[in-house]
Amino acid sequence: MRSLPPQVKLVATLLFVIAVVATRREAMWAFAVHAALLAVVAFAARIRLRTIARRMLIEVPFLAAAALLPFVAGGDRVAVGPLRLSESGLWGAWAIVAKGTLGVGAAVVLSATTSVPELLRGLQTMRCPAILTSIASFMVRYVDIVAGDVQRMRVARISRADDPRWFWQAKAVVGTAGALFVRSYERGERVHLAMLSRGFDGTMPRLAPSAATGRHWATGLAISLAAIVVALASWSVWR
Amino acid sequence: MHVPDGFFDGATSAGGAVVSAGALAVAARRATDELGERLAPLAGLVAAFIFALQMLNFPVVGGASGHLLGGALAAVLVGPWTAMLCVAVVVGVQAVLFADGGLSAYGINVLLIAIVPAAVGWVIFRIVRRLLPSTDPAVVTASGIAAFVSVPVAAAVFSVMYAIGGAVNLSFGAVLAAMIGTHVFIGIGEALITGAVVGAVMATRPDLVYGARDVEPTSRGLVNA
Repeated sequence: MRSLPPQVKLVATLLFVIAVVATRREAMWAFAVHAALLAVVAFAARIRLRTIARRMLIEVPFLAAAALLPFVAGGDRVAVGPLRLSESGLWGAWAIVAKGTLGVGAAVVLSATTSVPELLRGLQTMRCPAILTSIASFMVRYVDIVAGDVQRMRVARISRADDPRWFWQAKAVVGTAGALFVRSYERGERVHLAMLSRGFDGTMPRLAPSAATGRHWATGLAISLAAIVVALASWSVWR
Repeated sequence: MHVPDGFFDGATSAGGAVVSAGALAVAARRATDELGERLAPLAGLVAAFIFALQMLNFPVVGGASGHLLGGALAAVLVGPWTAMLCVAVVVGVQAVLFADGGLSAYGINVLLIAIVPAAVGWVIFRIVRRLLPSTDPAVVTASGIAAFVSVPVAAAVFSVMYAIGGAVNLSFGAVLAAMIGTHVFIGIGEALITGAVVGAVMATRPDLVYGARDVEPTSRGLVNA
């Protein structure tokens, strides 16, 4: 799993997510199969359960929004315990929870098994526009430095007893944000000059394209194809 | 908040991807015209700035805090085209590395977070600039108003798309009212922070602010005219 070429993993993840989104939401069995497929991949890639659980927390706000749907959506009402909830709202909430969770899971498996340079190489091999991949590569290269700037300025503010609790006390935080932009932009200018002085001629050196054999594609896409079959079956064979 | 997988139906997600791809293609051409070979390093660092900016928590009331969305801010600071590219890259990195926003909803997220706020923010910014004198305070005011308008407009675009291809049938009026109702308040916060941050940058490096390049330096009173 970890050794597959990145473009195979990107395409496989995208196909899997599209298959999940296209699955009929009333076909609960299909989502169980999707989850099982994802679990097989996560197990094969030896990703720790705790890593997946921690990174899936990002989804919590949307789960909260989904929980509201049965109360606010229109259509027929069904009795659930003491409550009368909207039927389409219940299905909608279920669809968001199931599809959203599987989507998050797939992205977590992708990012846990693929390094950032590999992802960028995969995107470039897939003919993603060069300007987007090169902006992304500069961003991921410098984001820790810029985030470090944020931390240092925060520590500097706090050690000078800044503890804003109301929005009219935000002056120092605003100053931090302004300084952060100036520092980042000036760093960009310095990086460009450093590139020029090292012979940059206006085109970024291309990363060596990563080669994928038919066998790589077959391995990588097996799970996605299974998910696509499940999605199709949810509309036809086993409704 | 970024839209996760399964929130919109397939056709709407695909439509969002096509519109976003077209807008980004135009943005890439225009931004390259403006910055040339400097585009990649500068836009990369601005993308890192936007990403890190969202780590900064601005106080709201009684210790509660919120962070900036930044579409209109980026448009005023580096121009709408570069801003669209930067925010689109940030949204992509968040989707792939942090699972924030669904991969199948990437086109929709780029449209709602990168393209609409930057475009609307920039148009409003230019209109307000034209109504006010060409001075630094006017730039700050115009960026605040632009940021305020951009947030509920993005919320309205979300509501329209939800009416077209939302996974749950909610009444369009209810979604629109709820989205705009909450986002007007978010917009007020966005406006205050955006204006203040633009002001902070103008205080040190006014020459870096794209939206203020046409302000005569003599109007700042620093140069002997």
